[in-house]
Amino acid sequence: MSTHEISVTVNGKAYQRTVDSRLHLADFLRQDLGLTGTHIGCEHGVCGACTVLVDDATARSCLMLAVQAGGRRVDTIESVALPDGTLHPIQAALSRHHGLQCGYCTPGVVMTLLELQRECGNDPVGEAEVRRALSGNLCRCTGYQGMVDAALAVLPKASSR
Amino acid sequence: MKPSAFTYHAPKTLDEALDLMATLDNARVLAGGQSLMPMMNYRVVQPGHLIDLGRIPELAFVVDTPEGLKVGAMTTQRSIERSALVRERCPLLIDALFHVGHQQTRNRGTIGGSICHLDPAAELPVTACALDAVMTVASKNGRRKIPFADFAAGYLTSSLGPNEILIAIDFGPYLGSRPERAGSAFEEYAVRPADFAIVSVAAVIAMNEDDVISDARVAAGGIAAVPIRLTGVEELLKRQRPGADLIERVAATAAALPAEGDDANPAEYRQELAGHLTQRALRKAIQRVRA
Amino acid sequence: MSGETLGTEPLGELIGRSVPRVEDARLLRGEGRYVDDIVLPDMLHAVFARSRSAHARIGYVDRAAARGLPGVHAVLSYADLRPLLTCDRIPLALPAAAVKFDAEPSCLAGDEVCYVGEPIALVIADHRRTAEDAAALIEVDYDELPAVTDPRQGLAPGAPRARLDCPDNLTAEHIVKYGDVDRIFATAAHCFAEQFRMDKGGGFSIEPRGVIARYDAGEDLLTVWDGTQTPHRAKTVMVQTLGLLEHQVRVIAPDVGGGFGPKAVFHPEEIAIPAAALLLRRPIKWCEDRLESFTATVQERRQIWDVEVAFDADGKLGGIRGRLYHDHGANVPYGVALPYNGVTNMIGPYVLPALHLVVSLCLTNMVPVAPTRGAGRPQGTFVMERILDRIAKTLNLTRDEVRRRNLIPPEKMPYATPIKQRDGSVMTYDSGDYPECQRRALKAAEWDTFPQRRAAALRDGRMLGIGLANYVEGTGRGPFESTAIRIGPSGQIVVSTGATAQGQGTKTMLAQLAASVLGVAADRIHVVDGDTAATPLGLGAFASRQAVTAGNAAYLAAQSVAKKAKAAAAVMLEVAPDDLELKDGDVRVAGVPKLNKSFAEIARALGGLPGFALPGNINPGLASAVDYQPTGMTYTNGTHIAEAEVDPISGAVKILRYTVVHDCGRMINPMMVEGQVCGGVVHGIGATLFELMRFDDTGQPLTGTLADYLLPTADVVPRIDIHHMESPSPLNPLGVKGAAESGTIGAPSVIVSAIEDALRPLDLRITELPILPSRLRAIIRAAQKSGKPV
Repeated sequence: MSTHEISVTVNGKAYQRTVDSRLHLADFLRQDLGLTGTHIGCEHGVCGACTVLVDDATARSCLMLAVQAGGRRVDTIESVALPDGTLHPIQAALSRHHGLQCGYCTPGVVMTLLELQRECGNDPVGEAEVRRALSGNLCRCTGYQGMVDAALAVLPKASSR
Repeated sequence: MKPSAFTYHAPKTLDEALDLMATLDNARVLAGGQSLMPMMNYRVVQPGHLIDLGRIPELAFVVDTPEGLKVGAMTTQRSIERSALVRERCPLLIDALFHVGHQQTRNRGTIGGSICHLDPAAELPVTACALDAVMTVASKNGRRKIPFADFAAGYLTSSLGPNEILIAIDFGPYLGSRPERAGSAFEEYAVRPADFAIVSVAAVIAMNEDDVISDARVAAGGIAAVPIRLTGVEELLKRQRPGADLIERVAATAAALPAEGDDANPAEYRQELAGHLTQRALRKAIQRVRA
Repeated sequence: MSGETLGTEPLGELIGRSVPRVEDARLLRGEGRYVDDIVLPDMLHAVFARSRSAHARIGYVDRAAARGLPGVHAVLSYADLRPLLTCDRIPLALPAAAVKFDAEPSCLAGDEVCYVGEPIALVIADHRRTAEDAAALIEVDYDELPAVTDPRQGLAPGAPRARLDCPDNLTAEHIVKYGDVDRIFATAAHCFAEQFRMDKGGGFSIEPRGVIARYDAGEDLLTVWDGTQTPHRAKTVMVQTLGLLEHQVRVIAPDVGGGFGPKAVFHPEEIAIPAAALLLRRPIKWCEDRLESFTATVQERRQIWDVEVAFDADGKLGGIRGRLYHDHGANVPYGVALPYNGVTNMIGPYVLPALHLVVSLCLTNMVPVAPTRGAGRPQGTFVMERILDRIAKTLNLTRDEVRRRNLIPPEKMPYATPIKQRDGSVMTYDSGDYPECQRRALKAAEWDTFPQRRAAALRDGRMLGIGLANYVEGTGRGPFESTAIRIGPSGQIVVSTGATAQGQGTKTMLAQLAASVLGVAADRIHVVDGDTAATPLGLGAFASRQAVTAGNAAYLAAQSVAKKAKAAAAVMLEVAPDDLELKDGDVRVAGVPKLNKSFAEIARALGGLPGFALPGNINPGLASAVDYQPTGMTYTNGTHIAEAEVDPISGAVKILRYTVVHDCGRMINPMMVEGQVCGGVVHGIGATLFELMRFDDTGQPLTGTLADYLLPTADVVPRIDIHHMESPSPLNPLGVKGAAESGTIGAPSVIVSAIEDALRPLDLRITELPILPSRLRAIIRAAQKSGKPV
């Protein structure tokens, strides 16, 4: 049993906190920082509801200890929309295409799609690739179709479809 | 599902890590956490100490050496996936990684962590098995090299001593001095693409100028407690010209190997899959040699 | 996706439009507030120590070590909580003639545990992790008893009792019968017997369950935040069990991350946590973790149907008789309707002249059983659809033709089936054109040209098959739902409802209906749902009922408010009410917008000023509350068609194409209906090809992670092509029917039909669910060994 001082940047803001060694990052974000948008669905790295960005790469925050986040940059769902509440194009597309219902898996889905968007750059992305990217986010409500449509609407398309 | 209490250590150098391993009781190494943390959250394992290797930069690397490709144990699966060097020198690793988990897990999961965890059908251990990878293992007392066949001691059990850490994996020169005459493939069956494989097969084929198989490596995961080399299959392939008959015979041999099964996936099922996947992997590997 | 309306009158601009959801923005920003997001001052955390035995007497429970752990406030047993309760067991029994004895759960086990996962003790600590540490230190003396793990064996003579407090394992039995079954079988041209076996699993919403309870002594109020689909029922049970008064309990369902049935059921933790909060006088939070969810939350378990089928030379159904053994798990928290639904739904959209089914519910030593999305109907539909496929094969008819011959024709609607329901009424299909639905599906799915696709695939060495299934679903279950609409002096429009939301878009649906009538944009409506303080009565979400019940209640309430607003405005403006229209929050003279009164002004006027009469002596308040009571169930129907590729070596099934024609009457929001159908189909795909909750024969669960219990992922499900028909229900003003579950009902049948079709050379007959790859491979292997090609 140990406690540790960490300095971590979350959503662009620097925090200094003392954390218990066994506190995982998801709990740290939710409980210590009050950022409850990151959700816990399984605590064994399968459902993806806890997906955040750590140094710009998606990670299962339930499989990372808070102490491991020391010195790193973490970005959560709360950083995605603009400060005035304006939705990011991915978020807006999810609503337009009915890619969310209960909203529980949604923050994780948004973070996954953000990474996909960043990594594909200008290269066209097809449905199979979107589905593969989303395969690590479990959803029990939507059947995924709305999410896939939302992603395809926002990401670059092949010139002839 | 919160883990039981433990003391967390984050050594900054390998020596520090090895000191901790030597002095602490009930200590486990934390690599990417993608296998260990679920087990800890389920309290299936309850280490008193966790030694995080993630702050030791020298343990993550991909280099080409005269002896072949060498990868640091803490190299993330994602950086291996993206490495042009790996793609060139050891494409089997790239093929294998396609089947490993999801991007979110590959971003943090390490090659060393997966190999030490030794899930029987996991793609990276099967790849290491196929390539006769050699593990570099360190302790306070020095280093030693362990070939994969000796490293995989049993179900989820490596032959690492209590104070030892895996630090690097040598993948070797990829079958002889003529990599352009070698081809490899990784095939698996999993219920959903990103799931743990039920059975997986890695095949590497080298052919000479006469289109005869000069070397063959075939490893299978999911039919025994550890990934195994199908040496009988390899012998059947060597010195033969590839053809449909040969592949079928070889696949039948693979399917006849004894297998251990469980409730969900019985032995007979795994045997059939082994035969089928061996056939697919060989066909693809041979096609790639010829390409 | 096409929509069609059949003879509807205009209901209002927004009804029938895919209005964007009012729920979305905050959920997308991560501003949802689910149970685990709620933090209260002084809050403690709870963990349940649960039984590791499937059936045992409990001797000593050693809590000393657990209590001694720093940070632990209490380790409570049944004996500690019983003084706060009015009864030994939680009074959940629902009245039903078929029930022979009640088998209710208790909030914590007493001296007997009856399933692995049954809660035994409750640990309260500063942190969840500490409570888990303590729970691990509790030692329980189990005196093992024999466990019942199969419903047939459990009902055989000499079987051990699953519960020592029950006389035997047959907790309920009923016979569903009509027609002269014996005569039909005696004279039938054809007859066969078959056994169907189903195993399933659970709802597994991504958010597990959770309860927070806080007793505020100053307000004398117990507030319970509960991830429930039925807060009013939960409150009723809490009031009764804890011996409190109505005004002392408030249950709030906050944002809920998926329900699917299990969250409609009252679970032991919903008493244990409030009782502990009353005892300790501190707020207490319990959130189910994923491991717990495999045994702490109700599931659906095994069914075995032994049936005989009689049919004539033309393939018309004559009669079905037999017995259904239903595994009900260790207690009955939600009545015995589940298997009954299966039997009544088996009839489907077909004419079935005679039926005699004995439905036997067996208690077993496994997780208690209650409905999951589909609520037994997928099983019944599976039996019927498999029967029809077999009849087709026997008579060399096509599968669509045999169905055509048996479908209830549209001129027979409303069709009174011969079934008398639990409440005594006759099961009557109110509207629907079943043959047309099938016809459209066949066309949309390009059924007729499938042989070419099959042949092309075969040339590539791929085995393709196609399946077809029809179903009906009884929706809109009563007895009522309440919705009130009130416009306050600010002009704000508030809809308060007993309906609840777990993702189906309840707020949007109700806002859309109210906005349509009141002439405003949907996002101007504020909907309060899931709060017992907002409406005195309510039922909530289950059985695909809320569009019918809460929807019509909202619609009628809005009409009433509109009428009242016009009446008041007419007096205030000195015009006739008929000259007025509602637009943008005003009531105005048609064609003369300047002559208007705002909702705010009208509400203020109807709010009353001392000494002044209300305009026109109308009743006070610009409001209306409606408890809508449906007169009967309304029947949604649909046709599913799926094309699947089967890999005979691995047993893997890949669904390549999936078509649904769906009729849920008038659609309020087509986008949301499609979301429900798509989600339901994928849920059904999971239940058929991926999900299996396994137990060994001692009742130990073998599935405990989401890596064993596989939910469908984005990369294994196809696009679902959804087409709509609208046969409005004559039974309610909106003409709506429920849509939430129907996707699950057709999926298992259509997929298995496609699998058999893909493997035609093997002449397989699959009568079990689920059909996981290794199991399908075993079936194929057996067929191959018996000499068939492939």
